[in-house]
Amino acid sequence: MAGLHQPGDTVLHRLPVGAKVLGLAVLSLAIVVVRDVRTAPAFLAVTLLLAALARVPVRSVWRAARGVLVVALVAGAFQWWWYGAGKAAETFLDLLSLGLAALSLTATTSVNEMVDALSRWARPLRFVGIDPERVALTVALTIGALPGTIAIARETRDAARARGLDRNPRAYLSPFVIRVVARAHESGDALHARGIGD
Amino acid sequence: MTSIHLDAAAVRVPLPGRGEREILAPTTLTLTEQRVAVIGANGSGKSTLARLLNGLVRPSSGRVTVDGKDVVRDGAAVRRLVGFCFTDPAAQLVMPTCVEDVELSLRRTVSGASARRERALAVLAANGLEEHAHDSVHSLSGGQRQLLALAGVLATEPRVVVADEPTTLLDRANTRRIGDALLGLTQQLVLVTHDLDLAARCDRVVVVDDARVVADGDPASSVDHYTRLVDSR
Amino acid sequence: MTATTQPADTHEDVRGSSSPTRDIALVAAFAALISASAYVGAIPIGSAGVPITLQTLTVMLAGCVLGPVRGFSAVTLYLALGAVGLPVFAEHSSGIGVFTGISGGYLLSFPIAALVGGFLVQYVARERRTRAIVVFFCSLAASVLVIHTMGIAGMKLYADVSWREAATWDMPFWVGDLVKTSLVAMIAAEVHRAFPQLLQRR
Repeated sequence: MAGLHQPGDTVLHRLPVGAKVLGLAVLSLAIVVVRDVRTAPAFLAVTLLLAALARVPVRSVWRAARGVLVVALVAGAFQWWWYGAGKAAETFLDLLSLGLAALSLTATTSVNEMVDALSRWARPLRFVGIDPERVALTVALTIGALPGTIAIARETRDAARARGLDRNPRAYLSPFVIRVVARAHESGDALHARGIGD
Repeated sequence: MTSIHLDAAAVRVPLPGRGEREILAPTTLTLTEQRVAVIGANGSGKSTLARLLNGLVRPSSGRVTVDGKDVVRDGAAVRRLVGFCFTDPAAQLVMPTCVEDVELSLRRTVSGASARRERALAVLAANGLEEHAHDSVHSLSGGQRQLLALAGVLATEPRVVVADEPTTLLDRANTRRIGDALLGLTQQLVLVTHDLDLAARCDRVVVVDDARVVADGDPASSVDHYTRLVDSR
Repeated sequence: MTATTQPADTHEDVRGSSSPTRDIALVAAFAALISASAYVGAIPIGSAGVPITLQTLTVMLAGCVLGPVRGFSAVTLYLALGAVGLPVFAEHSSGIGVFTGISGGYLLSFPIAALVGGFLVQYVARERRTRAIVVFFCSLAASVLVIHTMGIAGMKLYADVSWREAATWDMPFWVGDLVKTSLVAMIAAEVHRAFPQLLQRR
C-alpha cells in the first residue's frame, strides 16, 4: 500500500489533496448508501474510469483487486446464502469499487502530500492542545512502518520455526510485539536525533 | 572546529531494589579533532558515550557541551549541530521512499514542498542515490540504506556527525563504502566502531572498557592498547 | 538488565520510556500493527456476517501495552487512516462508509475500548501488569463494557432490529473474544516484563 504511489502528471495527480479526499469520502458513502444491484455496476464503471484517468498501472489494479476479490467472494457467498444472488452481486461489486476508489487516491497522492494536507486540517486541534505537526508526522510514520511491521512479523515467525516452535503462539506473538516496541524506541530516538521532536 | 566537551559526565541507571549500575564512569574529554574513533567491547559504554554527545542519553551527573551549548538545557540547538547515524538504518528510515525520507529531515529548515523536493534530490545526488530517489526504502540493499540514512543526517547540515557502529551490519565491500563516505566528510566525525581498520584511519582513538576511558591518543597506540586488552582476557 | 528477553537496546533504562518522539513512534508502530492485522484475514461469521478479525486483538493490545492516551491515539489514527481511504479495515475495505455499515458500532468502540483497557492496566493493575491474569480481566472488562455494548447498539441502529436480536448476533463473537483476550493478556504481560518502564511517566 505504501509503495502504491505512482509519480505522474494526470488530472488526479494535480488535484488538491483535500478535493481528492472529499471526493473519495462522497463516493465511498454513495457506494455504501445506495443499496441497489443496478447502480453497483455503474459505480464500478466510475471507479474503473478514475483508475484509468489516474493511469494506475494494470499490475497494481490487479494486485489490489486480488486481495479484495478473495474477501468479496467469501462475503458474496454468504450474502447469496442469506439474501439471494442480487444482494450478493451488489456486495461483491461494491467492495471492488471501494477498493478501486481508494487505490486511485493512494496512487496519485504521495505520503508527504497527504501529511502536508493532514497537518493543514489538523490546525484547529491546536486549540485543544494537540500539535498538528506531530499528528502529521505520526500519520507518515504509520504508513512508513507498515512494510517494516510485516517484515518483523515474518522474521519472528521464521525464528520460532527454526526453533521448532511454530505451533506455539507464545513463541511467536510476544517476541513479535516486543520487537515492534523495541523498533519503535529506536525510531523514536532516531527522530529525536534528527531534531524532529524539537 | 566544533569543540565537544565532557565535564565529569557519568551515566547511571537505577536497578529496582539493587542500587545503581554505572554505565559510564565520570568522564572528562574534549574532542576537537576532525575524526575521532571510539572503540571497545560490546557493553563497554562506548555507545552511551556517543549518545551523550547529542542528548539522546542525559548525563546523570556532570555535563556535556557542544560549542558551549549544554546538551540537556539547550538540546534542540545541540541536535542542530550534531547529526547521529545509527547501526540499523531500517530503524531510522521512517518514510516510504528515499526522497520522502530526506524531505522529512528538511521539514524544519526548508519550507515549501517543491523547494524541499529539489533540495532532497540534490542531497541524494551528492550521495550517489539519485537513481533510487523514488524507490521504496525497503527495496534498497543494506549498504544503500545506510548511505540513505547518512544522507538524511547530512541534509540537516550538522557540523558534527556521530555514527554508532554504522558498519556493523554490513558486508566487507559496503563497510569500505560507508567507511570511505564517513571518513571523507568535511564535517567533524565521532565514529563508534568495532572495525579497527577504520579506527586506524582516524586522527584520534578513544578506548572504552568497563564504563571507563582506558586509553586515548594516536590511532596506533590506542588500537595496540585495545588488542592487548582483548588478548589479556 | 534482563539480557535474555530484552532486545539489544541497552539505552532503555538510561532514558526511560517517555520522550515525545518515542511516544510518536510507539503510537505509529501500533497503528501500523493494527492495520497489518486487518490484512491477516477476515472471516464473516454469525447471522449478520460481521467479519471476525485480529483487529480486536491488536486494538486491545495497543491499550494494554501503551496505556490509555497512547493506546487511544494509536487506534484513532488507525480509524482515521481507514476513513481517508487507505484499505486498512476488515475485508480490505476503506472509506468513511464503513462507519455507517453494520459493523460500524464495533469500529467506533475500538478507541474507547483501548482507552478503558489502558486505563485499567496503567492505574488499577499498576505493578501487577506483568501478570497475565490481571491484564486478562482489565482487557475483558473493556471488551464487555465497550466493544460488545457499542457493537450491539450499532447493529440495532443500522440493521434496524431489536436489542434482543442484535445481542443474539453478537453472541458468536464471545468464544473468539475469550481466546483473543487471553492472547492479549499473555503478550501484554510479557511486553511489560521486557520494558518495565513503558507505562512509567516521568
